[in-house]
Amino acid sequence: MLRDITIGQYYSVDSPVHRMDPRFKIIASMLFLVSLFLIEDMLAYLLVIAFIGAVIYKSKIPVKYVIRGLKPVFMLIIFAFLINIFLTPGEEKVSFWIFTVSIEGITRAFFMAFRLILLIVGTSLLTLCTSPIELTDGIEYLLNPMKRIGLPAHELAMMMTIALRFIPTLLEETDKIMKAQMARGADFESGNIMKRAKALIPLLVPLFISAFRRADELAMAMEARCYRGGEGRTRLKVLKYTSLDAIGAGIVAVYFVACIIV
Amino acid sequence: MIKAENLYFRYTEGEAETPFALNGVNLEIKEGEFVVIIGHNGSGKSTLSKLMNGIHTPTEGRIVIDGIDTSNEDQIWEIRKRAGMVFQNPDNQLVATIVEEDVAFGPENLGLPSEEIRHRVDEALDTVHMSAYKRKAPHHLSGGQKQRVAIAGILAMKPKCIIFDEPTAMLDPSGRKEVVQTIEHLNKNEKITVIHITHYMDEAIHADRVLVMDRGKIVMEGTPKQVFSKVDELRALGLDVPQVTLVSHKLKTMGYAVSDENLTVDELVAELCRLS
Repeated sequence: MLRDITIGQYYSVDSPVHRMDPRFKIIASMLFLVSLFLIEDMLAYLLVIAFIGAVIYKSKIPVKYVIRGLKPVFMLIIFAFLINIFLTPGEEKVSFWIFTVSIEGITRAFFMAFRLILLIVGTSLLTLCTSPIELTDGIEYLLNPMKRIGLPAHELAMMMTIALRFIPTLLEETDKIMKAQMARGADFESGNIMKRAKALIPLLVPLFISAFRRADELAMAMEARCYRGGEGRTRLKVLKYTSLDAIGAGIVAVYFVACIIV
Repeated sequence: MIKAENLYFRYTEGEAETPFALNGVNLEIKEGEFVVIIGHNGSGKSTLSKLMNGIHTPTEGRIVIDGIDTSNEDQIWEIRKRAGMVFQNPDNQLVATIVEEDVAFGPENLGLPSEEIRHRVDEALDTVHMSAYKRKAPHHLSGGQKQRVAIAGILAMKPKCIIFDEPTAMLDPSGRKEVVQTIEHLNKNEKITVIHITHYMDEAIHADRVLVMDRGKIVMEGTPKQVFSKVDELRALGLDVPQVTLVSHKLKTMGYAVSDENLTVDELVAELCRLS
């Protein structure tokens, strides 16, 4: 049951988008998010959709797979849509009981829903096309200038790597503990919310204890392998910008300017 | 390679003083040697291994690794580079999400240039026969494979000596076999000094020397044949002997002219054939 959860799911294929430098991809995604909040009319939305469509096409990721990423936030999108429909003031079109629906409300609701969808598709494209390792490497490089104001860039990246490494291990362990407790009569699936929350205690306590023990052993193993922080550390893979990134940068720049103009 | 003199160690000092986990250990391990340390739980064998790598420093006495005293804090990374350590739980010693990235972790910490790291990673993975898995995620590997990746991670640092702290305790029989074969290969072909801590007696039969620990002391020492022939003494310490040795011992006490120094099935079969 828990094994279905994948965080930062990476879709492993060889495509130009996958081969781009993670630093470039992170910056491009950020620009894309900004652009989503700059646009307001129909034409601009078509531009954005065309752009993201082109990226998906080039990345060789099936559209179905990208859409699936929207499932967990589907309720949120519906909710935002309804709120916008009913609570936007404007020229009254239909009204019943305490609700009124206006033309402005309908257009705003559609735009809002599309904005949310594009937001999620845009960010999930980043994780779909970039392996977790590359992503943390990219973040570390991008945060490097912040070191001067005391931001522990290397430590943050290391923490992310370790978290990603241990997510499947801890999920597996949760599954195991759950089964062990169920075998002894624990019931995780019935009763009201309070009862269910209480039932989680015998699951969480051993899980936390084991996580701390693991952390302790891991720290020892890391020290035994000469880990002493980011200082003087080199990397197996050095990030390098390629011509691919230059082309990508050109496209993103054109797109961004177009968004501002439209 | 490793020299311990009059080694005492306790985990906590002061008011809540714990008894000594190591109670006066003297030992010397030569370069290229394959030493197995056995002993039951709490005999101090794991503690001893952690002193060999500078994770703990001795309460009294001293331990010198390749000419460097472990209490010398400036040299601690040099010691850890020369004496690598493989731990019991394979899950808790892999750091990265991809096998080759994990193997690269040690050399990266040493600050080597990236071509050198690439070269060492490929070589280390090749030595433990895990090259085919270099782009895989660790949680998709079996226990034995994970442990081999952990060994590759140490090998990539090019240590002179590797300390194995019960690396097979959490593995299934086939995983154990893989790991033990890898360890033997490292000693024979790569000329790495091996200190292997275990409580599986059959893993000790190919060693150059076996040390038996009990209550923080080395109580027996010798070649596998010498140590395992003392069946009754080992049993008094709560230890087993390899099955073949046990059978030989029983036959001998029953009055047959069988040596009790047999360690492998072939040796015993050869002797039994000679009887008739």
